[in-house]
Amino acid sequence: MKNIASLLHEHPFFHGLSGGDLNFLATCAENSRYKEGEYLAKESAPANHFFLIRSGRVAVETFVPNHGPLCLMTLQDGDIFGWSWLYPPYLTAFDARALSPVRCLRLGGKCLREKCESEPRLGFELMKRFARIATERLQAARIQLLDVYGPHPSQNPVQRRPHL
Amino acid sequence: MWRIERRHEEFPGTVTLALRREGHLEVPALPGQFNMLYAFGAGEVAISLSGPSAPSSDPLIHTIKSQGFATQALCRLPVGAQLGVRGPFGHGWPMLDGSHRPLVIIAGGLGLAPLRPLIYRFLQGQLPARSLQVFYGARRPQEMLYREELPAWGKSFELVTSVDHADTNWNGHVGVITDPLRVSAVNVKEALVLLCGPEIMMRFCIQVLRHKGVPASSIYLSMERNMKCAIGLCGHCQWGPHLVCRDGPVFCYQDVCKWFQINGL
Repeated sequence: MKNIASLLHEHPFFHGLSGGDLNFLATCAENSRYKEGEYLAKESAPANHFFLIRSGRVAVETFVPNHGPLCLMTLQDGDIFGWSWLYPPYLTAFDARALSPVRCLRLGGKCLREKCESEPRLGFELMKRFARIATERLQAARIQLLDVYGPHPSQNPVQRRPHL
Repeated sequence: MWRIERRHEEFPGTVTLALRREGHLEVPALPGQFNMLYAFGAGEVAISLSGPSAPSSDPLIHTIKSQGFATQALCRLPVGAQLGVRGPFGHGWPMLDGSHRPLVIIAGGLGLAPLRPLIYRFLQGQLPARSLQVFYGARRPQEMLYREELPAWGKSFELVTSVDHADTNWNGHVGVITDPLRVSAVNVKEALVLLCGPEIMMRFCIQVLRHKGVPASSIYLSMERNMKCAIGLCGHCQWGPHLVCRDGPVFCYQDVCKWFQINGL
């Protein structure tokens, strides 16, 4: 049976980190499983965890009044979810719901913050990795906003909604 | 004269028409080529072939999105109605020339239509491709083309579908098509990549492909410009030194990358 450090090593987010760093972080992590339909995190709840998805699919959703849940994006093997534990007020921004059985590594947010504070070199390395993923997701969100498959994709999306 | 033999509404505003000319053998058309369809009294418009399913005397298939005057008129035509057809025109997709390379198809929105004949050929064993991966992005699940065919395709080759927006009834990927493309296992050294969709979507996909290491010479894309004469005379579809109707609509990215990067061209 693999230990937590080797499971961390297998996840793309931690590729390239030294064994020492992974052992140092492994004390914050635990293996967890979610059934289909179960929530990994709920909007506005304390952001206590950072998730590394090992297998399965997760929908990042928000509830729209008079409409219901709206899926913003889906995550899968190799993706991560949750960085709201990084900064105050440490509240989760969106719901995360398992679309299929999900296996993941769950790292304690407070524990990770303390490790990053105590080991700034490792903290900076992790921040660079978070920044890259946050940038990729921001770019993806901007492309979604362009509505490239819509009837008038060349129009400024804000101009199309004059009430904004 | 051509008549509409079948008409299928893919989703509101987009129809697939099967066209037949009674008593005549059809002109062989290659995947990626286009015809000029003429709705009498409304006008003529370039529409890519999205079928037939086999290179035979089956009817010509065209999928049309109702956008302008001519396409609105075409989309309104009922079964049995007459229309004019000129073509086929242009250069189609590269047909692999027996090289048995892995084939990667990336389509966005209506861009799946010109690639569907290639998918049929692969399914019928008429395309010397070692494998096929298809990435298909659309706005919403309800706005995906050929929805009744997608489940069978997914059993025959790797099919990744993604939509920009969805409610909780959709169990597939939500997000831009570049996300699954970025994490996919593409044989970057050998793969032949064929792209069709909105130009901005193709641009972002090319960025991902180039970052993964796919050579520019292995990427082909289908360009859309305002084609009028379809025979390289009127100049409406000029794109840099090229006329899309005559030199395209399928281009190798290596040959057009410098035009592709110029805004407003």
